Amino acid sequence: MRLLKLVPDNTNLKFVALRKWAFGLTLALSLIAVGLVVTKGLNMGVDFVGGVLIEEKFATPPSIDAVRSEVDRLGVGEAAIQSFSDPKTLSIRLPLPEGGDEGATNRLVKKVSDDLAVKFPGATFSKYDTISGKVSDELISKGLLAVGLAILGIALFAVVRFEWQFGVSTVVAIVHDLLMTLGFFALTGFEFDLNIVAAVLTIISYSINDKIVIDDRIRENMRRYRKMDMREIIDLSVNETLPRTVMTSVTILLALVAMLVLGGHVLRGFTAAMILGIVVGTYSSIYVSSSLLITLGLRAEPTPGKANAADGAERVGPKTPRA
Amino acid sequence: MLDFPRWKVASIIGLLAVLCALAIPSFFPESTTSKWGAIPHPRINLGLDLAGGSYLLLEADTADLANSRLEVMRDSVAGTMRNGTPRIDIGDISSRNGQLSFLLRDPSQVDAARERLLAITGGGAGMSGQREWDISVVDTSRFILKPTEAGLAQAVDTAMKDATEVVRRRIDELGTKEPTIIRQGATRIVVQVPGLQNPQALKDLIGKTAKLEFKLVDESANPADVAKGIAPIGSQVLPYPGDPRGAVALKRSVVISGDQLADARQEFDQQTNAPQIAITFDAVGGRRFAKVTTENVNKPFAIVIDNKVISVANINEPILGGRASISGSYTVQTANDLAIALRSGKLPVNLKVIAESTVSPDLGKDSIRAGVLASVIAAVAVIVFMLVTYGRFGVYANLAVVINILVIVAVMAMLNATLTLPGIAGFVLTIGTAVDANVLINERIREERRRGRSVLQSVELGYKEASRTIFEANVTHAITGVIMLLLGSGPVKGFAVVLLIGICTSVFTAVLFTRMLVALWLRKNRPTTINI
Repeated sequence: MRLLKLVPDNTNLKFVALRKWAFGLTLALSLIAVGLVVTKGLNMGVDFVGGVLIEEKFATPPSIDAVRSEVDRLGVGEAAIQSFSDPKTLSIRLPLPEGGDEGATNRLVKKVSDDLAVKFPGATFSKYDTISGKVSDELISKGLLAVGLAILGIALFAVVRFEWQFGVSTVVAIVHDLLMTLGFFALTGFEFDLNIVAAVLTIISYSINDKIVIDDRIRENMRRYRKMDMREIIDLSVNETLPRTVMTSVTILLALVAMLVLGGHVLRGFTAAMILGIVVGTYSSIYVSSSLLITLGLRAEPTPGKANAADGAERVGPKTPRA
Repeated sequence: MLDFPRWKVASIIGLLAVLCALAIPSFFPESTTSKWGAIPHPRINLGLDLAGGSYLLLEADTADLANSRLEVMRDSVAGTMRNGTPRIDIGDISSRNGQLSFLLRDPSQVDAARERLLAITGGGAGMSGQREWDISVVDTSRFILKPTEAGLAQAVDTAMKDATEVVRRRIDELGTKEPTIIRQGATRIVVQVPGLQNPQALKDLIGKTAKLEFKLVDESANPADVAKGIAPIGSQVLPYPGDPRGAVALKRSVVISGDQLADARQEFDQQTNAPQIAITFDAVGGRRFAKVTTENVNKPFAIVIDNKVISVANINEPILGGRASISGSYTVQTANDLAIALRSGKLPVNLKVIAESTVSPDLGKDSIRAGVLASVIAAVAVIVFMLVTYGRFGVYANLAVVINILVIVAVMAMLNATLTLPGIAGFVLTIGTAVDANVLINERIREERRRGRSVLQSVELGYKEASRTIFEANVTHAITGVIMLLLGSGPVKGFAVVLLIGICTSVFTAVLFTRMLVALWLRKNRPTTINI
């Protein structure tokens, strides 16, 4: 049986040659993303900003998903719907309406309860209450601290295991991936809830994995071809790892697209974020983190002490000049 | 490469078989597994979003809060009048009918007294810009302090904010991961916990106010009066079963309160081996404790929790290290519960359970069904894709991935971890990196073959070179995971748990297990060419 090869043997694409253009594009997109997040903001879900809780009694136990799609149709934001031990009672959590004053809240409650009363005969609205978000300020600040420290930890690891340039370029690339994802959410207005936080973490982790694989190959080739120009080494490394990059991205995308198409409405934002993240992460591994190494002045001769002991002896050379 | 001794093969297969078996109970409903009796059946917990759970609606006792606010004000009024210069003598101080009133001995001090009142009531205007207390003077010398509605609402709001945090900390301490805790309306808190894990224990823990105080025993009190419940001025009588009179008189002023606690843990008394609670004060509390115990050597002091005297002990010598222990008739369970309540801080307001129920999952049943279907189709797609790309090596990789999934489930079940949607994200990523590990290895083998190396050499180098990359990638993942586990909470933590488990299991299955399979095949067939 002939096996499938996604990338032909001896592929040699000139990635590095395009890096000036790529940097321009990356910078422009990043600025746009920041602009979008600042001007449009993220559509923070009820998990974060709190909202309104409506308790609705139905004549017969309703299908939660039918109620959900009905509430969605009203365009009042993503609803979190739960039933109690008494399956005829549903709690519907909705984000705060624009303005957030009492009048607006009352109008929102009336709109939803009137609509449900029409669509589900016998449904009566029993009460409503304002509610806080699931996430306290403490949780948000600690979460952000965790992500920040994790990125820093990775940078330190890259500096220790590789060269300092790898640390810097990895952090720049991760920040780029984060900005792109947040920009995407600001642009589309998809609701940003707790599950999206998990999706963002996944994106960061995937992206790190991708970068380490390429970085590792660059380091290997730097040792193997000490006289080679850095551009060629990076092109070679990216091309050598290309079959793996494509293969892994395609398998994960395959899984995610299946989730996007079949996973239903609730998982949509979550999977969309992950798909975007895979694409952006792969792009940034090649065009941001790898290409940035040249700009940061990485040279083929390793710094003394960084090479491993076995072949270190013949490699002692002048300290890496910093450009 | 081929050196896989029989014992190694046996132990790898044995370990994986046991772990896979431990994953099985998680695929059956609880009603089935509970009948298994002696057979171990650890189960993975599904989070609120996937399986629903218990629901409690708590309401704050606002009348009680208003009362204690009045009591606090009464103490601070008495304090500022007495301790300021000049001293202002007051009398007939009472907090009744929701207001505080007191009499000025010298009516000419009205203005000075009002000055001081304004200072302790926040200058008359609180954070909201509204007055928190109305101050009025009747009959030239009687002051009346009435809490304003805005002030009370503000106090309730602050108390509820703190109470929500305390409740969250207590539930987290129970080891129940990813509860939902939201404030509803002005005075209620909704608590949802995954599964139906003993709602009574949950209620007991949440209901504890856990107000801890250290007070000195008033030795001047007349024992006969104490028995009647009458205390000298500046003291109070509190019930204490350990005393023959059933009560004990304590100085009203609090020596140290639970706010100055840094930690509380259950431990065992070294002599009697009885469970007790070890508490550690923070720097300020430790200094105070040292000072008070130094000044009061040979005098008795009392540990009071929720206005009940837990124990009265004699101060034999100054206690300097900022550590103390509370003994009483505790079981390990009650001591542990109390320790949790103490270190999570005191509830600023009493909470009452006003409704309990079970709730359905956040994600609808249809969504979950769709998600499961999508995952199955995704898995099939990945498996087919790996097969057509790597042939025999794809079969090995697929086998490793399936076993990896089972092993993660088993480990999570044994750790009693909760799986939620963020956890599934971690799962997807883990599977992704596990597939990636095999992709890295297989691509490397292809590369070495292209360079003209022999089958054996290619496979050997493929595993060796790729293992280094996989190691680097996993260490970075582990760094991320550990930091997120230590600092994060909620979804960040849920994600980190799965990530960390996945790192360990996927290295084992994707690298070691497939390598064993490849080695066994190579040894048996000695192929001169491979289809990869």
